[in-house]
Amino acid sequence: MLDIKNLSAGVENKIILNNINLKINNGEFHVIMGTNGTGKSTLGNIITGKDNYNISNGDILYKNKSILNLTPDERACLGIFMSFQYPVAIPGVNTMHFIRTAVNSIRKSQNKNEIEPAEFIKLFKKYLQLIGLKEEFTKRNVNDGFSGGEKKRFEIVQMMLLNPKLVILDETDSGLDIDALKIVANGINNFRNKNNSFILITHYHRILKYLKPDHVHVMLNGTIVKSGDESLALELEDRGYDWIK
Amino acid sequence: MSENLKKIKEITSSDYKYGFKTKIKEDRIPNGLNEDIIKKISSIKNEPKWLLEWRLKGYKHWLNMKEPKWSNLKYPKIDFQDLCYYSAPKKKKTLKSLDEVDPEILKTYDKLGIPLDEQKMLSGVAVDAVFDSVSVATTFKDTLKKAGVIFCSFSEAVQNHPELVKKYLGKIVPYTDNYYAALNSAVFSDGSFVYIPKNTKCPMELSTYFRINAANTGQFERTLIIADKKSYVSYLEGCTAPMRDENQLHAAVVELITLDDAEIKYSTVQNWYPGDKDGKGGIYNFVTKRGLCKGTNSKISWTQIETGSALTWKYPSCILKGNNSKGEFYSVALSNNYQQADTGTKMIHIGENTKSTIISKGISAGHGQQTYRGEVKIMKNAHNARNYSECDSILIGDNCGAHTFPYIDVKNSTAKMEHEATTSKIGEEQLFYCNQRGIATEDAISLIINGFCKGVFRKLPMEFAVEAQKLMEISLEGAVG
Repeated sequence: MLDIKNLSAGVENKIILNNINLKINNGEFHVIMGTNGTGKSTLGNIITGKDNYNISNGDILYKNKSILNLTPDERACLGIFMSFQYPVAIPGVNTMHFIRTAVNSIRKSQNKNEIEPAEFIKLFKKYLQLIGLKEEFTKRNVNDGFSGGEKKRFEIVQMMLLNPKLVILDETDSGLDIDALKIVANGINNFRNKNNSFILITHYHRILKYLKPDHVHVMLNGTIVKSGDESLALELEDRGYDWIK
Repeated sequence: MSENLKKIKEITSSDYKYGFKTKIKEDRIPNGLNEDIIKKISSIKNEPKWLLEWRLKGYKHWLNMKEPKWSNLKYPKIDFQDLCYYSAPKKKKTLKSLDEVDPEILKTYDKLGIPLDEQKMLSGVAVDAVFDSVSVATTFKDTLKKAGVIFCSFSEAVQNHPELVKKYLGKIVPYTDNYYAALNSAVFSDGSFVYIPKNTKCPMELSTYFRINAANTGQFERTLIIADKKSYVSYLEGCTAPMRDENQLHAAVVELITLDDAEIKYSTVQNWYPGDKDGKGGIYNFVTKRGLCKGTNSKISWTQIETGSALTWKYPSCILKGNNSKGEFYSVALSNNYQQADTGTKMIHIGENTKSTIISKGISAGHGQQTYRGEVKIMKNAHNARNYSECDSILIGDNCGAHTFPYIDVKNSTAKMEHEATTSKIGEEQLFYCNQRGIATEDAISLIINGFCKGVFRKLPMEFAVEAQKLMEISLEGAVG
């Protein structure tokens, strides 16, 4: 699915990512943990193609092809999705209109017809319910006036509607109370199958109880310093990061 | 420069889609402005003596005035003696039906997507088309006549309803009002006249399409709408103009008056030629629009979508004289490439319990400059007056500007005023968010801008709302697609 090779990147003269290597197979769930400011979100931004980063070395292969020269929307159309840490509000733009535009852009890139409006509305309402959001979300504007928790849930609704192959969850668990956390984790689990893959960026172990990751990586100063299984996350929760440094 | 910024540049440096000239023979008088020219215009139009005298008074007043310099607009000096003040398509005879209209003119309207035909009739819009300076075709006269509504060209009104014209002309915007209003009073060519009688809801939305076509012709529209007691009318004005290189002057005057319990809703979609992407050419649009809520419980509502013109100088205003009267101003103005707009409104509260609402959305792209200038004045006797103002600006790219000049003047302590203003850059974050969902940058921009303008678009009549949305897309579209 995803193969990051010797990736180094930064902004202007500052190096943020330093020789990252990460291979993710179909159906795998990876977790990246690390202290603040170690480049975890930058990694997500670079995989999704956000501007303003210099890639000084290495490559990112997605389904065996380099995606470094693709624009963010082209990457999204290939099935890369990110649940944002801080989803931005787009005032005046209706949620339903927004996601339908997104779904249809992606379908168009795959030479598929536009989704039937009735079918779309049905799916939208189904996923809203699944994730514990009220039906009136179909009438609101994208992230406008949403609480922190609503924003995170709404990202997961979008994920389900856009049906991506590679999902990056950037601190999807932060800002959620215990009940919300369970619901969101359930939504993610429902969506998981052997053909899609996940990268979860998080500070806490608590969501991992529900998500059962295959691999846990620790990132420090822009590089992956340690990898292991779920027990590594538990150990971090127990001992902090100092013992790795 | 980031990819998105580059895209924005491409998208916003677009060419005008309505650029073409129509070959039509025109009646012209020589360039220049003096008393003889004004007499000539008046005599071509077979006007009564009082009107000629009024024009001449306007002219004399204008001669002693100075071009206003307070706006935030930069342009070369206009040589008023180098302009032609009258041009009309050559008439063979008086027209009875559309068949008699010059086919070239009809073709022009077709190209603009403004068919003067059954489609319009079915959609219930009566169209009084002003081609350059003379009205060439009107429809729906009968339906309106039955309702007692007068909807005709200004020239016709002068001939057929002189008492109404004389009673109201210049009463809301006197010729002494400002430089361009004085000029307009002296040389106005034609325009629309509407009278809605007492207790009458106008049976259809009234619409006029204006178009400048003759080279180097300043166009000076004059519109007068009178809503008598307990009447209602919705009036739509839409403009596009063909491509040309010289700057063209446009100085219109619109006067509205509502008597007791009457309401006028005046909507504009303005898409005059904005100049090319290097800022060459384009219309200079100096407009004076003002409404007087004379009666109690009367209401005037201005909605404008301004996407065209190289220069826009326009402040549709309301004088809230009647007790409990209401004024509204909803505006979307877009400046792309080298366009400049200095626009806003004035709400003058005179009567008690008067209310005004101002919602202004400014969009700047390319090298566009956008200024909101508004005044809210609460006079001494305007007890319990209320105003709500909201001025938002959005910037696309990093070479444009947005400026806000709100003036508030309160002379009565019972007034309630609210003012909100925001300026934001079309976020790289918003664009990236859309991109990450698979939406390409150009679609993302139009999505975000349409969202930004939604509150104002909603105030437009349905037909116009769709058109306005398309217009925003066209105005921001470019080399892409």
